[in-house]
Amino acid sequence: MPPTESGGTPAIEFRDVVKRFGDHTVLKGLNFTVSPGERVTLIGPSGSGKTTILRLIMTLESLTGGYIDVHGEPLTHEQRGGKRVALPSKRVRANTKRIGMVFQHFNLFPNMTVIENLVEAPIHVLGMAKADAVEKARGLLQKVGLSDKENEHPSRLSGGQQQRVAIARALAMDPDILLLDEVTSALDPELVDDVLQVLRDIAEETDITMLIVTHEMQFARDVSQRVMMFDGGVILEEGHPDDIFTNPREERTRKFLSAVLD
Amino acid sequence: MSWWNWQSALDALPLLLQGFGTTLVATIGGTVIAVFLGLLIAVLLRTLPAWVNWLPKLVVAFIRNTPLIVQLVFIYTLFSMNEALIQVPALTVGILVIGIHYSTYMSESYRAGIDAVPQGQWEAISALSLPPVRSFRSIVLPQALRATVPSLGNYAVAMFKDTPFLMAIYVTELVRTAEQIGGRTFAYTEAFTLAGLIFLAASYPTSLLIRRLEKSLATY
Amino acid sequence: MGDNLTLLIDSLPQLWDGLLITLQLTVGGAIGTVLIAIVLGLGMLAPTGWISVPCRVIVEFFRGTSLLVQLFWFFYVLPIVLDIDLGPLTCGILALALNYGAYSAEVVRSSIVHVPKGQWEASMALSLSPARRMFRVIFPQGWALMIPSLATLQIQLLKGTAVASFITLQDLNDRIDILRQATGDTMFSYTVGLLIYFVLAWLIQVGMDALERSAKRRLGRGDGKKGLFSRLTGRPEAKVVTA
Repeated sequence: MPPTESGGTPAIEFRDVVKRFGDHTVLKGLNFTVSPGERVTLIGPSGSGKTTILRLIMTLESLTGGYIDVHGEPLTHEQRGGKRVALPSKRVRANTKRIGMVFQHFNLFPNMTVIENLVEAPIHVLGMAKADAVEKARGLLQKVGLSDKENEHPSRLSGGQQQRVAIARALAMDPDILLLDEVTSALDPELVDDVLQVLRDIAEETDITMLIVTHEMQFARDVSQRVMMFDGGVILEEGHPDDIFTNPREERTRKFLSAVLD
Repeated sequence: MSWWNWQSALDALPLLLQGFGTTLVATIGGTVIAVFLGLLIAVLLRTLPAWVNWLPKLVVAFIRNTPLIVQLVFIYTLFSMNEALIQVPALTVGILVIGIHYSTYMSESYRAGIDAVPQGQWEAISALSLPPVRSFRSIVLPQALRATVPSLGNYAVAMFKDTPFLMAIYVTELVRTAEQIGGRTFAYTEAFTLAGLIFLAASYPTSLLIRRLEKSLATY
Repeated sequence: MGDNLTLLIDSLPQLWDGLLITLQLTVGGAIGTVLIAIVLGLGMLAPTGWISVPCRVIVEFFRGTSLLVQLFWFFYVLPIVLDIDLGPLTCGILALALNYGAYSAEVVRSSIVHVPKGQWEASMALSLSPARRMFRVIFPQGWALMIPSLATLQIQLLKGTAVASFITLQDLNDRIDILRQATGDTMFSYTVGLLIYFVLAWLIQVGMDALERSAKRRLGRGDGKKGLFSRLTGRPEAKVVTA
C-alpha cells in the first residue's frame, strides 16, 4: 500500500513538525502521513528521532513547531486566524483516548493487579460499566495467553508476560492507533517471540493503524507495509519493507541495516 | 496595623541580637561536640564486636528517640544537685546535652557515608595489606566525609532551630529574650515576629547553601 | 527505691493525665502534619506558579523559623493580632502540625518526584485524568517511598510535643517534674519519663513499619521484616531532609 496522498483522511498527518530539546533539534520540519489501517515501521540509528515521533503522537512530548492531525482533527495545536494555537489539555486528552502505546519498559501499574491494570482506563476514561470492562479484559488476557494471571501483581510476572499484559492494556481502550516503542528491547531473548507473536496476531486480526519502532527486522518485514528510515531528524528514505531491506537506495540505510542484522 | 509598633520593634532589636549571639554560641558549641562525638560513635559501633554492640546501640537509640527538652532539664537538674557541678553555667550544660543529642544523629550520617564507600576500596586495602587504622584514616574516611558533609550541615541547621529549647534551663537565647521583652513591654508581636525572622534569615540561606553543596558533591 | 515505686504508683493518675495531653498533641499533630504535607507537597508540584510558589514559600517559612517561635507566636501573638484565642492545646497542635507538616511536605514532594517517569507516561497514554493519575497511580507508589521518612518525622513530632509545657500545658514532660518533686529522685523520675517517651517512639515506629509493609505488599513487593529490637536502633532514614 503506497503512502496515501489522495483520497480518504489519513490516520496520522505530520505537517512541518519540529521538535527541539534545548539546543538540540531532533526533528527538522517533518512531513508524512499514515493511512488508516496502515502499519509503518520506523527505523534508524538511535537519536534519529523515531521514538520522539511516537511520543509526540502520544503527547508525552510537546511540539516545538508544526502540527499533528489525527483522523483529520488537530491533536495538540491548531491554526486559528493564521496563528498556531495550543489546544486546552482536556481536549488533548480526549484526542488521545483512541491512541494506545506500548512502552519498552512495560510501565504496568505495580499497585494494581493485572486485571485492574486492564480495566482502570476503560472504566474511568471511557465510562464503561465495570462488568463489561472486566469481561473485555478477560477476553484480551485470553488472547495474549495470560488468563491465569488475572489476579497477579505485575511484579510476579516475567518481562515477556508483563509486556503482553501491557499490550492487552493498550487494546482494552479500543485504540484506532497503536504505537509500539521498542517493545522487545528490554526482554530476555527467549521471551521476545511470544510477544512478537501476539503482535502479529493483532496485526492480522484487526485493522488498527500501527506505528512501530523496533530492531526486530524480520518482524517489521512481516507486519508492516511501509518502512521509514530516519537519520538526523529527516526521512532518509521510505518504501515497502521488501525494497528497503533487500535493496536500499541510500548507502547509510545499507550500513544501518547491516549493523542491525548482524 | 494597630498591633505593630515600629518603635517597640526597634527597641527590641538590640536585645534580640544579643540573645541571638547566645543562640549562635550554643549552635557552634553543640555542632563541634556532635561532629566529633558522632564520628566516635560511628567508628565505635563499627568496630565493637556484635555481642557488646547492642548496648551502645540502645543508648544511642534512647537518646535519639526521646525529647531533647526533657533531657536538658534532666541533666541540668542533676548538675544543679551536685556540689562539684553546680557552678557549671546553664549554657555549658545546654551545649553539652544538645551536642550529645545531635551526635546520635550525626553518627548516622557518618555510618551512611562509610557505607557508601565502595566495597572495592576495602578490598583494595586488604589486598595491599595496608595497616587497618592508618588506611581507615587516610583512605576510607576522606571518601566517607565527602558524602557526609551536607548531611552534617543539615543536622547543624536542625540543631540551630532546636536551641530555643535551652530556655527550659533558663539560658537567655533568642526566644527567651523575646519572651522576656514581651513580658516586660507586652510587645509580644514585635518580639516574636522578629525572632522568627532572625531564624529564617539565618537558616534559609544556610539550607540553600547545603542543598547546593549536596548537588555539587553528588556529581563527582 | 521501694519508696520511689510507691510514690510512682501514687503519681500514676497524674502521669496518666500528662500522657493523655502528650498523646492528644501527638495524634492531633500527626493528623494535621499528614494533611498539611499532602496539600503542600502536591501543591509544590502544581504546574502553575500561582499554586506552587505560595506552597513553597509556606514550607520554607515553617521550616526556617523555629518550632518554639511558631508556638509562642500562635500562643501570644495570634490573640493580639487577630483577636483569636485558640487555647494552649489547639495552639500546640497547630504549631506542631505546621512545623512538621512543612518538613513532611518536602518528603511528599520528593517521593512523588521519585516515582518512575514511565508510570506518569503510561497513565497519560491511557488518558487518565490528572486527579485519577495522581491518586490512583502515582500517589500509592510515592506513599511506599515516603513512609520511612514520615516515620522519622512522626517521632520528631512526638519529641517536639514536650514544648507544650512552655505554654502552660500539663503534658508528660510537665508531670515528670511533678514526679521528681514527689520522689526527690531526679535520676529515677527522668528515667521513668524518658522511658515512656521511648516506648511511644517505638510504638510509632512499629505502626509505621506495618504501614510500610502493607504499602509494599500492595505494590507486590516482598516485605523485609525487621526485628523488634532493631526498629529504633536502626538507621533514621538518611533521605529525610532536616535543614
